[in-house]
Amino acid sequence: MNFHKLIAAGLALAMVPALAACSGGNDAEAGTVITNVSYDPTRELYQAINPAFAADWKAKTGETVSFRMSHGGSGKQSRSVIDGLDADVVTLALAYDIDVIAERTKRLPAQWQAALPDNSSPYTSTIVFLVRKGNPKGIRDWADLLKPGIQVVTPNPKTSGGARWNFLAAWAYGKKAGGSDAAAEQYVRQLYAQVPVLDSGARGSTTTFAERGIGDVLIAWENEAFLAVNELGEGKFDIVVPSISVLAEPPVAVVTENAKKHGTEAVVQAYLEYLYTPEAQTAIARNYYRPRNPEVAAQFKDQFPELELVTIDSAFGGWTAAQKRFFDDGGVFDRISARK
Amino acid sequence: MTSPPVRPPRRRNVIPGFGLTFGISALWLSIIVLIPLATIFLRSAHMGLEQFIAVGLSPRALEAYRLSFGTAAAAGVVNAIFGVVVAWVLVRYDFIGKRLVGAIVDLPFALPTAVAGIALTAIYAPNGWIGQLFDPLGIRIAFTPIGITIALIFIGLPFVVRSVEPVLADLGRDVEEAAATLGASRWQTFSRVILPAIGPALLTGFALTFARGVGEYGSVIFIAGNIQGSTEIAPLLIVTQLEQYNYDGATAIAVVMLLVSFGVLLGINLSQVASRRRMGA
Amino acid sequence: MNRNPVSESRFARAALITIALLFLALFILLPLFAVFSEALKEGFDDFAEAVSTPDALAAIRLTLIVAAISVPLNMVFGVAASWAITKFDFRGKGFLITLIDLPFSVSPVVSGLIFVLLFGANGYLGPWLAEHDVRIIFAVPGIVLATVFITFPFVARELIPLMMEQGKEDEEAAISLGASGWQTFWHVTLPNIRWALLYGVLLCNARAMGEFGAVSVVSGHIRGITNTMPLHVEILYNEYDFVGAFAVASLLAGLALVTLVIKTVLEWRFNLHHAGARH
Repeated sequence: MNFHKLIAAGLALAMVPALAACSGGNDAEAGTVITNVSYDPTRELYQAINPAFAADWKAKTGETVSFRMSHGGSGKQSRSVIDGLDADVVTLALAYDIDVIAERTKRLPAQWQAALPDNSSPYTSTIVFLVRKGNPKGIRDWADLLKPGIQVVTPNPKTSGGARWNFLAAWAYGKKAGGSDAAAEQYVRQLYAQVPVLDSGARGSTTTFAERGIGDVLIAWENEAFLAVNELGEGKFDIVVPSISVLAEPPVAVVTENAKKHGTEAVVQAYLEYLYTPEAQTAIARNYYRPRNPEVAAQFKDQFPELELVTIDSAFGGWTAAQKRFFDDGGVFDRISARK
Repeated sequence: MTSPPVRPPRRRNVIPGFGLTFGISALWLSIIVLIPLATIFLRSAHMGLEQFIAVGLSPRALEAYRLSFGTAAAAGVVNAIFGVVVAWVLVRYDFIGKRLVGAIVDLPFALPTAVAGIALTAIYAPNGWIGQLFDPLGIRIAFTPIGITIALIFIGLPFVVRSVEPVLADLGRDVEEAAATLGASRWQTFSRVILPAIGPALLTGFALTFARGVGEYGSVIFIAGNIQGSTEIAPLLIVTQLEQYNYDGATAIAVVMLLVSFGVLLGINLSQVASRRRMGA
Repeated sequence: MNRNPVSESRFARAALITIALLFLALFILLPLFAVFSEALKEGFDDFAEAVSTPDALAAIRLTLIVAAISVPLNMVFGVAASWAITKFDFRGKGFLITLIDLPFSVSPVVSGLIFVLLFGANGYLGPWLAEHDVRIIFAVPGIVLATVFITFPFVARELIPLMMEQGKEDEEAAISLGASGWQTFWHVTLPNIRWALLYGVLLCNARAMGEFGAVSVVSGHIRGITNTMPLHVEILYNEYDFVGAFAVASLLAGLALVTLVIKTVLEWRFNLHHAGARH
């Protein structure tokens, strides 16, 4: 019966990739392996930094280091670490996501943010506007976003860490302009009423704005805005820096217990400290993040205009409080976006 | 008259292997489906009835269910109608490229849902191939419930075609000939003879499209606008609960959705088994 | 020309074919075309480069491994379940079929979540697994489990209606002629269901390779290690590497199309060979 041969052949064929795969192995990994669980936009950054650190470490100690990189939405990555993803270091978008890991797993100390300089944030960024070339709608500052007919694109703060920075930046402006929380709430309510699409992630919003042609202004991280200008169509967009924004401090931390288990404590500590060296800081600035190192910052000062920046700690009492007040169920964001 | 019975008594089944096959089925079903799914019931039970209702049946959740169930039902209806046409054409007519057409019907199963979502959004966005035809008329497709429905039509189409096709192929021409000689018009034959015969399969196809559409995330998330109360789908609410590290809340919404889908599928499967029994098969 | 009483007028035929083709073109061909046109936008060289980076190759390899493990498992289950359901009468049959359908109706987000709740560090079995250093979530076993869950119903779904239709007379005859259960299955049932089985396996395989939502939850997204092809597509897309993303996506779509075309051709040739030889 031909058919049986057919089945046998089919099964044999199915086994081929499996065998090929098993024998393939992974030759990219040698020596000490560091697992870095990071958020979406840092891929280019760590692609530049990792080999440089590996070379530096090899020169200093003779040890070979290789990396496993995991990128995804900051909140999702944090959940994965909580649920058992074996990260040696986490490099996420906001301190809250690392706080939760510390609180739920006890795999790093609650005071992790004091372990490294500058709140454990080797670089900063801020929230700016991306508008269409020539700024046809004349958008200069936050107030202009409420002009009739302006469509604003920003991701959903319920699902995206980056979107929460955007929301808080808008709130900071509303509070400064109106002088009260009530005025701030009124401002963000009007602002979000002019949002046609709330993508689930920051990069989704950029695509909606840049590729789908939706909206007049995109609220975005500064590094993302630069990336969009340079990679998604040179000469198609302009960056507008508002009068006031938030100081975004994406933090890094060693997941101490995991590093202990893997015996990688020394090397991962050195890895995170390396982020503060002039070499790494230059790579950071080249990837459009604002460097901490004053000399490097001076070198790139044309790229990063100065503006009034509020911090989450001073304006909102830290991430845990801000998360609860604004973004948890029943918080301010739910209130302003509920249909009347 | 001592002739032995021609057939074994109807009651005794001579075919072996019930224990083995039923055992394998039950075991595998339990390991892969039942035990893992039980965890969402366990987790949602953690929170107590009051909290469960507060999250699982909140006004916001109800609006999201309405959108998800509504668009899934609309997609099911569209697929039921056009799926029968496609199946009919594939079974009954010959035309150039028919085999290729037959093969591409399954594409939605194979294409990663996220890719489908991105491709559909690119086509139906106001600057996309089709979106730009409708944009001047003031009709938005992407980022509205219409866009969500289109994504779900894409996802569910194979279910209807593949359910109906074999039954249609199996349907003897003799019944139709009989109907025709009795003077029935072609349309009468279709609505009175063919449609009832393919009815159960069609219903199954509809139910599967519906059930799959309700939970679909990957393809829909790109084309939905995610605006609360108008384009926020139920699976997105599960994700927002997870973002707050509220696993219990996520499972509460999951349980509500699962129970509704399960109810629809169960109703249809029971009616099928019953109708088969009635027909004495 | 005589008008055939059991066929439609030429006009109706043409109209129906046109409607069917238009519908398929609009809802299936157009998205497919969009994928390929984006993938080849910058020419074939960029396409080839995108699908041959080490990360892409690792993703392709992982996807093939996952499919090679999960498809045979579901094939065995599918055949066993259809045999039990269609050859025997028992109470709760409709309920059992619905349970088999269940994975279709579970949101992919939840399909991943359940395995995290079960095997994650805070899951019901997580602490025990951690103690014994067994890794399920964020490793290949977790991805396989999620894939098996998602593709669970395909083979059974394909076989049950057909085997119900065929009844059990053939098997009963074989048994009464003295064949064993295995012989009956191998020589009577299998030839009867072969195309449906092959078909179910192909669909199961296509879906296994294409699953995104559930796998995304349990994968951990470690480049080159736990990224499957659909996850790799998402990553490339998020990096604004649209050509790369669509290139890998079109590879998946192409793989599916090729298997479906091969199946169609095989079926056709097989039928020619055996025309008349079978009842």
